[in-house]
Amino acid sequence: MLRYALLRIFGAIPTLLLVIALAFLMVHAAPGGPFDAERVLPPEIEENIARAYHLDESLPQQFIRYLGGLVRGDFGPSYRYRDYSVSELIGNALPVSMQLGVLAMLLAIVAGVAAGLTAALSKNSFIDRLVTGIAMTGISVPVFVVAPVMVLVFAVYLQWLPASWTGGTSISRLILPVVALALPQIAYIARLTRASMIGVLSSDYVRTARSQGLRTISIIRYHALKPAMLPLLSYMGPAIAGILTGSVVVEEIFGIPGIGQFFIRGALNRDYTLVLGIVIFYATLLILLNLVVDLLYGILDPRIRGR
Amino acid sequence: MNYLAAIKPLIRKSRDNKTIVVCSSILLLIAAVALIGPLLSPHHYASTDFENPLMLPSASGWHLFGTDDLGRDLFVRTLLGVKITLFVAIIASCVSLGIGVAYGAIAGYVGGTVDAVMMRAVDALYAMPFIFFVILLMVVFERNFLLIFVAIGAINWLDMARIVRGQTLSLKQREFVDAARLIGVSTPGIILRHITPNLLGVVVVYMTLTIPQAILVESFLSFLGLGVQEPQTSLGALVNGGVSNMEGAPWLLLIPSIVLAVILLCFNFLGDGLRDVTDPKKKT
Amino acid sequence: MSLLEVKDLSIRYADSAKPVVQNLSFSIEAGQSLGMVGESGAGKTQTAMAVMGLLPANAITSGSIRFDGQEFLGAAPDVLNRYRACRIAMVFQDPLTALNPYVRIGDQLRRILLEHKICKPPEARERTLVMLQRVGLPDAERQYGVFPHELSGGMRQRAMIGAALLGEPDLLVADEPTTALDVTVQAQILGLLRELRSQSNSALFLITHDLGVVAGNCDRILMMDNGRLLEEGPAKEIFAAPSNERTAKLIAAARRIDMPTKTSPLPDGEAPIVEVDNLSVSFRERYGSGKRQLHAVWPLSFKVAPRETLAIVGESGSGKTSLVKAILGLIPMRSGTVSYAGKKLPGLVQSRPNNIRRQLQMVFQDPVASLNPAMRVADIVAEPIIIHEPKKKKAEREQDVSKMLRHVGLGMELRERFPHELSGGQAQRVAIARALVIRPKVLICDEAVAALDGTIQGDILQLLQAEQADSGLSLIFITHDLSVVRQISHRVLVLYMGRVCEIATNEQIFKRPLHPYTKALIQSVPVPDPNAKPDDVPLAGEVSSILNPPAGCPFHPRCEYAVARCSEQVPALQSVVGGSVACHRANELDLSY
Repeated sequence: MLRYALLRIFGAIPTLLLVIALAFLMVHAAPGGPFDAERVLPPEIEENIARAYHLDESLPQQFIRYLGGLVRGDFGPSYRYRDYSVSELIGNALPVSMQLGVLAMLLAIVAGVAAGLTAALSKNSFIDRLVTGIAMTGISVPVFVVAPVMVLVFAVYLQWLPASWTGGTSISRLILPVVALALPQIAYIARLTRASMIGVLSSDYVRTARSQGLRTISIIRYHALKPAMLPLLSYMGPAIAGILTGSVVVEEIFGIPGIGQFFIRGALNRDYTLVLGIVIFYATLLILLNLVVDLLYGILDPRIRGR
Repeated sequence: MNYLAAIKPLIRKSRDNKTIVVCSSILLLIAAVALIGPLLSPHHYASTDFENPLMLPSASGWHLFGTDDLGRDLFVRTLLGVKITLFVAIIASCVSLGIGVAYGAIAGYVGGTVDAVMMRAVDALYAMPFIFFVILLMVVFERNFLLIFVAIGAINWLDMARIVRGQTLSLKQREFVDAARLIGVSTPGIILRHITPNLLGVVVVYMTLTIPQAILVESFLSFLGLGVQEPQTSLGALVNGGVSNMEGAPWLLLIPSIVLAVILLCFNFLGDGLRDVTDPKKKT
Repeated sequence: MSLLEVKDLSIRYADSAKPVVQNLSFSIEAGQSLGMVGESGAGKTQTAMAVMGLLPANAITSGSIRFDGQEFLGAAPDVLNRYRACRIAMVFQDPLTALNPYVRIGDQLRRILLEHKICKPPEARERTLVMLQRVGLPDAERQYGVFPHELSGGMRQRAMIGAALLGEPDLLVADEPTTALDVTVQAQILGLLRELRSQSNSALFLITHDLGVVAGNCDRILMMDNGRLLEEGPAKEIFAAPSNERTAKLIAAARRIDMPTKTSPLPDGEAPIVEVDNLSVSFRERYGSGKRQLHAVWPLSFKVAPRETLAIVGESGSGKTSLVKAILGLIPMRSGTVSYAGKKLPGLVQSRPNNIRRQLQMVFQDPVASLNPAMRVADIVAEPIIIHEPKKKKAEREQDVSKMLRHVGLGMELRERFPHELSGGQAQRVAIARALVIRPKVLICDEAVAALDGTIQGDILQLLQAEQADSGLSLIFITHDLSVVRQISHRVLVLYMGRVCEIATNEQIFKRPLHPYTKALIQSVPVPDPNAKPDDVPLAGEVSSILNPPAGCPFHPRCEYAVARCSEQVPALQSVVGGSVACHRANELDLSY
């Protein structure tokens, strides 16, 4: 098991390096510098700016410098928000995004598992069909459609909840964004839970447990729950990626000052260092969380643990 | 001959499946309207009419879906959006199909170390937040159509590669492939006559499931203003336009949203239906 | 009142009109053992499921199943749960899938005791340990904590039986409890069941396709076919004088290892057609940080004469499939050569010249898997002709295909079918037709009848023997089934963990085996004769793991005759009259009977 863990951890490092190098190269292959759009500057000032941002060095030198900064948690200066470093911008926006993301993830797991289990246990009933139908809709309808429609209904017409971040209390302003962010994941998790629970309940070993006179509740608790939840664990990686992607849209629509909003602003303003920093930050986060999920899987599945 | 034979049972079973028939009919209908509709309407998708912005849907003046803030006819623009969204998604899915099938088939057929290395690479790519790379790509380079295809294709080929590789691997170990080698079939013959025809069903199913994902990515980019550029439009861009006017003119948001949702739902249901039909465990 | 009384039971499924069980009535008395025998599709498992109340939701039933007076058909789950485990319990066919891979063996057993409140948690652990020991898991303390995949097949089935007996049931239902196991392990499990029943006096409802298994273990027999009861009665009477024609056919189809062989003698002194010299196969497996060699086949040599049938016998892990795959060039060999008609062949099939490739053909175990699902029968049989006789005109080729299909006993109406539309027997005939259509000199059959029903096995074996008589084909027949070996082979090669134990003529192997393993193997085969009461278990233990092969003779950990030398030195293959044997004590032991 320890071997497995170490192997996984060391396996993640090249991936991480590859991600950083790829993102870095992409930005530096950009046609035109970051300041081109602005009015023409005298050459000596341009030179000064270039020196200040180390644009005069060779690409490998810049990359090494950048990597060195990353190790210290320094993503370099922002091109647009002149008074801030990228690390500061990410650091300031992180708590808001974290709050949103963690709440959405929890909601997705709780609601998704509950709906999926309910459907699986009453397979082919009305409730099952309802859950499956809603889940399919949830998967099909993108966040950027759900979020504005929810604003339209709950904020504009019913006026139950605030339409934007600045308009409500610290709790009421969270509800719509968290639900919008969680919805597609609830749908995915419900489908996954339903399918895997149905699969497990029709397995030979559950049949054995039934032949041994175990009640349904005992069968689920002692035989079915763990194997049925393992696929869910491997879905956590994609789910986190989905939440990160969704947060970009949700933060934009609700005007939430999180990382996603900075990302979009940065993208539209060509703030290369900011966008680069956020991509690398997200990639690192995702790779780390995937690693955690992998290791958890190894711990929980006896057939992997044995190796 | 083999290919047709391989796909025939799939078609036969699909005809008996209500979900598949209904969903594919709706999709064909939408596609037909998107192609023919603009020819019948008196309006052009780019012609503005500042006299009549934000008009409610009405039959008079043939503004069936109303007009947007620039007075452009939403019906024609929605159909254009459908056309572009579908076009982008299908081409992008073909890109991912091509890459995925080739990559997966090579990894699966060659096997051994090559397979291990190729699949480790796929695993590593899985852990990447691709959508952010695509956004980065869109920011850094000029936004053009070609880039959208490449970007979306590059995201979606991973699943296809994994599935095709798994299928190839299991087909390769099936006894009929050994039997073919013993009667003297050459390697190209085995790949062409014995392996590929049996991959077809799975590829068709996952192609159907890849299209809605491609639609999602494209409309996501367009929604953020990073995809298709004005006066061209796609469903994502229309939704984005609807959001800015949603309090005064909610139909600008709702109509493209509903069209997009219906298309995605149909593709997803279609894919699910096809998967059920091809699932050997659910043999009728 | 009978313990179990089934009356007029019919079962069908909502999506099909044909019932899987029709008007079945029988009863089991307390302490009695009843065997239900039939081929696939007879409705045996459906009956067992109905008795346990485990039929799926879309099954439609009628009739009655009474256990100790309580109606089971349509009974509520909590009523059934009162009976399950404590009054009636079941052992399933495949212990690998029937045990939960995510739960420790001990916990799976203990849960039964706790669920039925048979005892308190601390005592439950004690009782579980005792039961594990009773069913032959010697190191119960350790085996309590392992997961099913960490046990061997035989050990898993022992645990499964332990689980069934924990509640001390009055009736044990066993559905093909030994079908997934090797023959020597099957003998152990059947012996265990007999022993446990003699201690507890519970009734047994044993379901199997193997007449040999019921003959030695059941007082009464139910013969089933196609969902209907053919005949019921005391085992001895049915075997002696079946009153039903179909029953008589089924009993006749059960080959008996104690019957003489049906092969015709071979002329002496012909040059061998296939010569295997010093062939070995190994796999590289990732192991810890590095890789290591796993030896599937150790260097071995043998010859096959024209029109000879050589049987290669071995249990799982013997390396028999690796051996034939290496001979055919489907996998690389580690050392050695294969010669055809005196000419050495390149190692891999793709580098062998086409005119020699066609001479060596193969028939596989799973007939449906060996046919391309995307091709029609006619195209499957035509493909070899297209490759080897490309100049043949289409009409001529079609004619060849039709002739071949008729030759293997298939009707023309099957020409346009796809493999999944064929029965197992038909598919195997197509596979044989594909192999024979290019007139090979050697046909290798890898468990070619193992997946088929008894009566169909007989037909396929007959077809192969007729072909041999007609065209002088040599057959290499890989099998685990000694009754097949007895019937069709001239010579027999016995493999154990990739090494030859013994090569000898059919007569000698079955009458005067020289290797203790050969003898145990033969004695383990259940004989379909209720008068031949099974002996004690002929062979203890299970095949050692290939990952960790024993030093010396690979068989010595299970051998009752083993001496110190056996664990130190690998015995060489020494020539004896009528064959060769690899045993240190071959000269001193007398194993004939």
